[in-house]
Amino acid sequence: MPGPFVDDAQVAQARGIASQVIEPVFDLIRRHTTISVERTVLRLFGMADAGPGGIPLTNLMTDRLKAAGVLNRGAAYWYGRALQLGAASPLDAVERIAALPAGKLAPLSAEVEGNLREEVRREAEAAVDELRRRIDERDALKSEFPMSPAPHRYVIVATGNIHDDVDQARAAAQAGADIIAVIRSTAQSLLDYVPHGATTEGYGGTYATQENFRIMREALDAESRRLKRYIQLTNYSSGLCMAEIAFAAAWEKLDMLLNDAMYGILFRDINMRRTFIDQYFSRRICALAGIIINTGEDNYITTADAYDAAHTVIASQFINEAFAKRAGLRDWQLGLGHSYEIDPHRPETLLLELSQAMLVRRCFPDAPLKYMPPTKHKETDIFFSHAYDVMSDLVAIWTRQGIQLLGMMTEAMHTPLLGDRYVALKAAGYIHRAARGIDEEFVVREDGKIANRARFVFGKAMELLEECRQDGLVAAIGLGRFGDVKRSETGGKGLEGVLEKSPDYFNPFLDILEGR
Amino acid sequence: MAGESHLIRAYGDRRDDGVIQISFTLPVPLSDKAKEAARLFCTRLGLVDVKVAAAEPAADNYTFFVVYARADVSLDYATIDVPEIVFRKLGFDDLNKLIEDRVARRVVVLGACTGTDTHTVGIDAILNMKGYSGDYGLERYPWFEAYNLGSQVPNEELIRKAEEKKADAILVSQVVTQRDVHKDNSRQFIDVAKAHGLKGKTILLLGGPRVDHKLAMELGFDAGFGPGTKPSDVANYIVHALLKKMGKEPEDLHFEGEPT
Repeated sequence: MPGPFVDDAQVAQARGIASQVIEPVFDLIRRHTTISVERTVLRLFGMADAGPGGIPLTNLMTDRLKAAGVLNRGAAYWYGRALQLGAASPLDAVERIAALPAGKLAPLSAEVEGNLREEVRREAEAAVDELRRRIDERDALKSEFPMSPAPHRYVIVATGNIHDDVDQARAAAQAGADIIAVIRSTAQSLLDYVPHGATTEGYGGTYATQENFRIMREALDAESRRLKRYIQLTNYSSGLCMAEIAFAAAWEKLDMLLNDAMYGILFRDINMRRTFIDQYFSRRICALAGIIINTGEDNYITTADAYDAAHTVIASQFINEAFAKRAGLRDWQLGLGHSYEIDPHRPETLLLELSQAMLVRRCFPDAPLKYMPPTKHKETDIFFSHAYDVMSDLVAIWTRQGIQLLGMMTEAMHTPLLGDRYVALKAAGYIHRAARGIDEEFVVREDGKIANRARFVFGKAMELLEECRQDGLVAAIGLGRFGDVKRSETGGKGLEGVLEKSPDYFNPFLDILEGR
Repeated sequence: MAGESHLIRAYGDRRDDGVIQISFTLPVPLSDKAKEAARLFCTRLGLVDVKVAAAEPAADNYTFFVVYARADVSLDYATIDVPEIVFRKLGFDDLNKLIEDRVARRVVVLGACTGTDTHTVGIDAILNMKGYSGDYGLERYPWFEAYNLGSQVPNEELIRKAEEKKADAILVSQVVTQRDVHKDNSRQFIDVAKAHGLKGKTILLLGGPRVDHKLAMELGFDAGFGPGTKPSDVANYIVHALLKKMGKEPEDLHFEGEPT
């Protein structure tokens, strides 16, 4: 463990402030639901198909309920009403609900209501049991074929065609990758629905759909057995469908998800309230499914300067951790994000990067952490670029990062070629092999540049956390404190999908996931 | 410049040896046969003395090669026509001074990453205060009035805002692309610009890692800026282009850093 740098009491104090920062947000979360949370409830009941025109049944049903002004009682309740009307299938349920005139949507007698809820609760418990059974299957495969030691080498595939992605993912696994990320099609985060079925056309990536998840996980299961080494799969639970993606990923046995409490607000201009509410339910699902979340603090220092904004990463990690813990996630599930992004033209950047990565490790000793390679200052001189990536490999093993995204020498040019991935995996394999245990051999002097820089950054992070506590997280985001991006509470996309819960709001899954 | 020819070849470690290095992947398992295939592949490219320096199993069915070979290709450097620089690239203070003296008002620039692309890294590097690689962005120049509209901006909206602000130049950034979607989107931008009568009137610039000047010109832009472009390159270009439009600089004036 490199350095104390700061006292345990100070780290505990940062943690305490972060939990106070998120407290007001939880008032909002408790009182509200969103249209995408309600769609997730329906998906949990098994509503996975699409209707005419490829529109997901969950969208058809929640849009109808929202238009009738009754979605705030919870989609689970209306699902129960549909069952009571004798619905034989999800589509049938949608049609029956849609056919009811507004007057027929009034509450039933207390006794009938009670029975209906009891019946739906039992069905929800059975659905969660089935989900748990699938997660157990995934975990059994993981135990049978253990992963390589950390840092787990994470590479991306992004062809746009799920079948081509499978070929590239298998090739990457054979070359030593531990984690495959299927990059999503550009702008999927702004779709207020999850596309349906296997897809073969995408821009800059491949649509995240439940069927695409299934296809890729099945291929990686086969590859894991063949290589006798478990290969993890990750995707993106971000944007307007955080919780739905989390459900689809859990059901299809994914291992990780990009999932950040604030990323959508800052970098996709998704409404703040919408994101806070959605992230909570999505993280409850991740907690149940043993999914490791990857947070997006690395993005702050691709927009803001990595040297000047180093403290915003630390402050945000404490906030993301606090949100995650409130959603039931455990330390081993927290892939808190950071990255090797300081301008390489500055002097002593290896020391600065070590300082930052060591500080993150110091603050979150039991979290796997997610370490990103250089991107912002990458050059099209691939030979320099490769050397630059190798330095981040060294920092990753030195600071025991759990998850390391490998830099690609062609980062500034195009999505990685198969050969680019191979070169990156070979170099990272060498560095990890060569430097394993280096942290135990070298003690970082407490009066040196690394420790002093770490103390300085931690101090500024504390100031920012304190500002967030006093003025509120909303105000801090409004001032552009994170990533130099300013957002307002009622701005951004998706606010119309936020609903105040009615007093008789019903969501048995939330009760089960919260352990009630 | 006419007259003597100046033949050049690739330089490895002595004049005219023609040595080059390439790397590529073939979709076959590593074997002697695969190495021979790589050698033949390079021979087909017209290379000679092909040495397959490395043949690596990139995956079960893919082999990655690094090859050194000689290319007998020669060029007459004297016949290559690139306009001569007559105007040195100006730094931050000198360029502001030039605008103040010659344009005599602030130069208005709008930029956005348009279409579905969510990546602001390119437009941020050129426009934001911070800039890129120690080179200040246009927002920092007191004599530029720069607006960065961010990502996923529809082309129509960018044009509308540009008309509203009476922009001198519009910057379109296209970062992540696949199957040439950046070209389709850029063409659509030009169509909208034409419909609004901006073509020929407002300076239209395209930038991004897959963009070069030639492509941008083909698509109907005034200039294109590829990887490694610094904000000062774009700033210099805009000021000269504007002065040319104002008739204050000759049409055939060339300057350092000009896109070619």
